[in-house]
Amino acid sequence: MKINKLYLALFIFALIAPAALYPVFLMKVLCFALFACAFNLLLGFVGLLSFGHAAFLGTGGYVTGYLMMHTGVTPEIGIICGTICAGLLGAFYGKLAVKREGIYFAMVTLALSQLAFFFYLQAPFTGGEDGMQGVPRGHLFGIIDLADNMSMYYFVLAIFIFGFWMIHRTIHSPFGQVLKAIRENEPRAISLGYNVNDYKWVAFIISSALAGLAGSTKTLVFQLASLTDVHWHMSGEVVLMTLLGGMGTIFGPLLGAGAVVAIQNYLSGGEMGNYVSIIMGVIFVVCVLAFRNGIVGEINKVIKRNFGS
Amino acid sequence: MATFLGINLFGLSGQLLVGLINGSFYALLSLGLAIIFGLLRIINFAQGAIYMLGAFFAWMALQYFGINYWAALILVPLAVGIIGVLMERFLLRPIANEDHLYSLLLTFGLALILQGIFTQTYGSSGLSYAIPESLKGGTRLPFMYLPNYRAWIIVASLTVCISTWWAIEKTKLGAYLRAGTENPQMMQAFGINVPLIVTITFGFGVALAGFAGVIAAPVYAVSPEMGSNILIVVFAIVVIGGMGSIGGAIITGLGMGVVEGLTKYFYPEASTTIIFLVMVVVLLVKPAGLFGKEA
Amino acid sequence: MNAMTKTLMSVAMSAALVSTGAQAALSDDKVKIGVLADMGGVYADICGKGCVAAVEMAVEDFGGTVLGKKIEIVSADDQNKPDVGSAKAREWVESQQVDVVTGLVSSAVTGAVTKVLTDAKKLALISTSASNAFTTKSCSPYNAHWTYNVAALANGTVKPMVQAGKKKWFFITADYAFGHALEKVATGVIKSNGGEVVGNVRAPLGTTDFSSYVLQAQSSGADVVALANAGSDFVNSLKTAAEFGLTEMVDVAGLLVFTANAKALDPAIASGMKLTTGFYWDMDDQTRAWTKRFRQRHDKIPAMGQAGAYSMTMHYLNAVKATGTDDSETVMKYMKEHKPNDFFARNATLRNDGRMVHDMYLVRIKNASERKGEDDIFAIEKTIPGDQAFAPMLSQCDFK
Repeated sequence: MKINKLYLALFIFALIAPAALYPVFLMKVLCFALFACAFNLLLGFVGLLSFGHAAFLGTGGYVTGYLMMHTGVTPEIGIICGTICAGLLGAFYGKLAVKREGIYFAMVTLALSQLAFFFYLQAPFTGGEDGMQGVPRGHLFGIIDLADNMSMYYFVLAIFIFGFWMIHRTIHSPFGQVLKAIRENEPRAISLGYNVNDYKWVAFIISSALAGLAGSTKTLVFQLASLTDVHWHMSGEVVLMTLLGGMGTIFGPLLGAGAVVAIQNYLSGGEMGNYVSIIMGVIFVVCVLAFRNGIVGEINKVIKRNFGS
Repeated sequence: MATFLGINLFGLSGQLLVGLINGSFYALLSLGLAIIFGLLRIINFAQGAIYMLGAFFAWMALQYFGINYWAALILVPLAVGIIGVLMERFLLRPIANEDHLYSLLLTFGLALILQGIFTQTYGSSGLSYAIPESLKGGTRLPFMYLPNYRAWIIVASLTVCISTWWAIEKTKLGAYLRAGTENPQMMQAFGINVPLIVTITFGFGVALAGFAGVIAAPVYAVSPEMGSNILIVVFAIVVIGGMGSIGGAIITGLGMGVVEGLTKYFYPEASTTIIFLVMVVVLLVKPAGLFGKEA
Repeated sequence: MNAMTKTLMSVAMSAALVSTGAQAALSDDKVKIGVLADMGGVYADICGKGCVAAVEMAVEDFGGTVLGKKIEIVSADDQNKPDVGSAKAREWVESQQVDVVTGLVSSAVTGAVTKVLTDAKKLALISTSASNAFTTKSCSPYNAHWTYNVAALANGTVKPMVQAGKKKWFFITADYAFGHALEKVATGVIKSNGGEVVGNVRAPLGTTDFSSYVLQAQSSGADVVALANAGSDFVNSLKTAAEFGLTEMVDVAGLLVFTANAKALDPAIASGMKLTTGFYWDMDDQTRAWTKRFRQRHDKIPAMGQAGAYSMTMHYLNAVKATGTDDSETVMKYMKEHKPNDFFARNATLRNDGRMVHDMYLVRIKNASERKGEDDIFAIEKTIPGDQAFAPMLSQCDFK
């Protein structure tokens, strides 16, 4: 009941936010929030740290960008194709990666994503270092002109809500329960007869497809797909967002993404621009040393301690 | 110009030699990572930043204190090693009992901080460090002109790599070290100070990266990004060699340098990708890596 | 007393009139200039904070206000990344009332930024980018490209070398928009003068080790190895070329060399190299006088793009003042109809395609014994008239 009220409040806030805040900033937050939520599905609910999620973000972005520029499809088709391609790449990478655990899983995903990075660096259609510039936003369903920031914003909001709902559904489904069982006690899940690797694999595919959805949407918002999105720093950034917000919580990644994007935006303009990387690093260190549950996790703990049963 | 089956042999040998030089750096860096991982089960994401720190320390030592290259070759790894010891003692030990992923994230954060500080202070356009007088000039080989300093890189790093391997695999100290990894409780019971061994090993692994940094300073631009560029390649090498395998790290490091050199000659477009391709193939065929024994 | 009040009243009234008049003409009641550049990366020395200082200086020299309204300056670091730069430019024009964006270094960033600005109908005053795309294949009525471009570099540096009998060329090229454009234009110049390109390699921006590229160049059998890169990439590639003895075997030509880069190099390696530049601080009394004032804010000798940034900001502000508006089309029309003329812009005109054509200079890097101080770097060999340096205007880019 309380949660429902929270959802409603957030939804209303999201509806009226562009009146007060710069819509492109809000869209950026939403895209990264979706990316972080997708990532959190793996880290928070299966216990797998992927250090290569940028590959999916970038794949979604490049595929959508290419289709929008060269085939003249409508944005929704472009986004769906980007998402599917990211999911397919995720199926391939996931198959290789889920055989390994813990740190090995992290390393394998990192190396695989570098493969994607160098592919996009050299493939002629991506524009290499220049990025894919001037991607048209197009007309949604062929009717609504997305060049207008307001229409674009509500479109992005709808996509975000869809992605968020997907993740929510996945976590609360029987499938999600098995994932949590794997996270808590993998040998037990195996002894209960679950094919653990298959479960992990499916979770990996869902996560990568949603990361691709975030990337596709981001490309439309900024009308640009670039190597930044496939670089391993991006993979690190999404870990930071999730860790800061609280891994394994529903709202954590959302809050973490908002905080990180806001810090970057706020600092990059002024004299403090060069401090962004230092501040991000400090946040990492502080989170790991002092509050591993993240902002939402800590709040939950406080609530439990004071009001919990 | 000598050619064989349409291959320009001079060009090819040149690229192979450059590959070997790059391989020496890979070997030094991955050796440090392998030692740290073998003992502490920590993936040290800051290894690249430490390498950068080594190069900057060498530059600063010369610039501010007039300490020459040869002295820096000893002093800088020591200084970097001390930083490593402090890092282990005050940052990594408190989370030693948590999931190992946290130590990976912590070192990632440290790498960001170090890189950020140096970008802030020195900009990222790179500083230059002169080649020491005694290593200037070069030798004209039949196929290329080999600068003396590049030859020195191979000699110095191979010497360090092989003696490290020997110390760990063949000496008593190395035996303690390996035993400490296998069964810390037992070693503790025998009266060996395991935490001290852990700290020193971490310091040593990090010092290796500092040493590589000093070696790199005269030939590569000393820039805050030099570490993050090479780090990911080194990670791939460690995965290929088998994580934690010390001999594997050295051999794979050199080998991958050569493979990269070959690719640069035959198909330059793929030279940046080749190592990651090799890694995927190795993982498919031998998931533990070429020299790994982990289950 | 009465008279005094009257005068005061009339002054106040006329001030009010002026300000209402200006309000109608100036959007958001101010002129806001955004300076976008790489502030800490490989190109920081050739524009960066120096460009910000140059723009500030221009605004101050102009009087700080135009049409009675304040001129504001904002600046940001694009980190040489197209995504960062274009997002910043978008934010500036959409939410911070920026009227014009200047600086603009990496051609990759400029390409993305000019697209955003053209969509928003705002002006891009490009000071340091080298690609010629902004006035050719991606030309726009909102672009003005000052200082130099790849065509001027190729015509200035490459042509005389080919004509002097250096026929076989090998390129070490920065792997993005700028390098590609420079290589393409230079290749055209080489071929049309009877030379040939025997090979090329593409090195990523910020490459730390050029040794394998240098070896490739060495085994290519070229007469000239052209470095189609810039900033610290140029410095590092030339140093490696010298280390591997390439500079002794063949000519190494730096196609884009800034004073800061030439200064950073050992004269033993760099001296004698000829190159083309759009500005040199120690050219005559006018440039020296400006440089002296510039150094009071930013204690380094000005790079050509920084001098260009001053010149174009001045020309822009003059246009705003003369037309009484900050409307992009009106201002641009004025800028094209009136010739810029200052310490930087000699025999200059802003063409309809947005290309600012002016005198370029072929210079030689001085050797150690010639240098009278640490900033005494170039010797001017000859002046290249603008119409010989820059390529003719394309008909599809003739924006009236």
